[in-house]
Amino acid sequence: MLSARGLTKRFGSFAAVKDVDLDVHHARVHALIGPNGAGKTTVFNLLTKFLQPSAGSINLLGTDITRTAPDKVARMGLVRSFQISAVFPHLTVLDNVRVALQRPNNLSTQFWLPMSSLDRLNDRAEELLVSVGLHNERNAVAADLSYGRKRVLEIATTLALDPKVLLLDEPMAGMGQEDIGTVSGIIKDVAKERAVLMVEHNLSVVANICHHVTVLQRGEILAEGDYATVSQDPRVRTAYMGTEDD
Amino acid sequence: MSHATHTEASSSKRSERSQSASLTYAVFLLTGLALLVVAPLFFYPIFLMKLLCFALFACAFNLLLGYTGLLSFGHATFFGGAAYFTAHAVKEWGLTPELGVLLGVAGAAALGLIMGFVAIRRQGIYFAMITLALSQMFFFFCLQAEFTRGEDGIQQVPRGHLFGFIDLSVATNMYYFVLAVFLIGMVIIWRFINSPFGMILKSIRENEARATSLGYSVARYKLGAFVMSAALAGLAGGVKSLVFQFATLTDVTWQMSGEVILMTLLGGIGTLIGPIFGAGLVVTLQNYLATSDFPVTIITGVVFMACVLLFRRGLIGEFYASRLGRRLGFEHRH
Repeated sequence: MLSARGLTKRFGSFAAVKDVDLDVHHARVHALIGPNGAGKTTVFNLLTKFLQPSAGSINLLGTDITRTAPDKVARMGLVRSFQISAVFPHLTVLDNVRVALQRPNNLSTQFWLPMSSLDRLNDRAEELLVSVGLHNERNAVAADLSYGRKRVLEIATTLALDPKVLLLDEPMAGMGQEDIGTVSGIIKDVAKERAVLMVEHNLSVVANICHHVTVLQRGEILAEGDYATVSQDPRVRTAYMGTEDD
Repeated sequence: MSHATHTEASSSKRSERSQSASLTYAVFLLTGLALLVVAPLFFYPIFLMKLLCFALFACAFNLLLGYTGLLSFGHATFFGGAAYFTAHAVKEWGLTPELGVLLGVAGAAALGLIMGFVAIRRQGIYFAMITLALSQMFFFFCLQAEFTRGEDGIQQVPRGHLFGFIDLSVATNMYYFVLAVFLIGMVIIWRFINSPFGMILKSIRENEARATSLGYSVARYKLGAFVMSAALAGLAGGVKSLVFQFATLTDVTWQMSGEVILMTLLGGIGTLIGPIFGAGLVVTLQNYLATSDFPVTIITGVVFMACVLLFRRGLIGEFYASRLGRRLGFEHRH
């Protein structure tokens, strides 16, 4: 679905990402892990075109998107979340989801229509909120939600676009144990019909829900495979996971 | 769980508040309208019309600064440019006033499209600088072009007959024409803000990167708002040239761009009616101090400093945030 070849990003003389190959497949959860500063978020920014790669190519659903604008990429079905929670803080939970629904429903450019014209998006928006368990908070202002609930809202907004490929940047960071369980369930569910690539630090989550793991270190791929293989790799253990056993 | 109940409670309180707010809004709105209708009985109509033109100009500017988050330093181009277009069309081509004003609006929108297209991809100070540079270029064009008559301006513009039969040289008729245009402009702004498009603008202001990642081409929405703001500024400028029967270089200077920023800040950024009060204050000060020996720019400068130091939200913004404002159900929107 989404593949990258020889992906490289240099900032001056420093190569944040060097020659990375990635393949994300339909109905699979692919994890990108590695120590801080390994270049995971940079890879995300490159894939979603928020950054322009210095070298290499990216292909989405058979189309070369190496030079495509980020909003265009989103419209093609590659939608991302952000490391820092990305909600619209002063909008209500329901409005957050409705904003995402406006574009696919061609309701985003009408400056002559009243706000109530958006009410026909409510059913779909509420459905999405029910699916992630945010229904009771639909009229709350997003800024009032706890951190974990904001992340859940962000996933609901992302799903509103019905993306084909989903890129999640540390979806569990800062979440309570309870929310982690919920979100893991949601991601597993979502991945039945989509491809998911996620950056994640919580290794038990990775072990639980990810089919394939890529380990990055200093911008390069250190190891690849399923969790069991990767976690046994001695290089990975010293570079990153060694601390887990201590 | 306790969190869920907390947010629910706060949201129901909010909806109660918004209900009482819409009631107070209605009361204020009707009072305001009534005052505007009877105002010419008490005040000099030209002064009132000038005030309404600048109020609409400031509200158009606020559409961009307050609701889109873009600080343009070149709005005089649209205000003064439309004044030239309207004046020329009415005087030289003999168009009726309403067509002349519409032509001014179209011209301002076209200028807005050009300026916006060049500037919109830049942020913050760079955006302001590009708009300033382009408006200085337009000023120079107006100084040199044949049809603007350079330093003289276009003088003795006939007000003509509205729709061919309402004589606008009668001051009362002209006043109600200006009032109608002002109200139409305000309704357009209100609808624009509270529309599906306005919702996307709001989301862009809240979190631009997220809006992009949802597939919105942010620059296009900003450009749309820019053109709308330019067109409405043009509406104000075109009408002003009919009020004073004069289109002048003063209206395309950078000082005019600065003045509208001042009006908007004084009244309250991002409040629908704030700029009206800001414009009212500035125009009134200019009017009453014009005859005194004391330089008016010093007074407006001091007022501006006081505003920035003491009440940053502007007159109306502070009122909304005050205890009285909150009790009346207003909430300051960011």
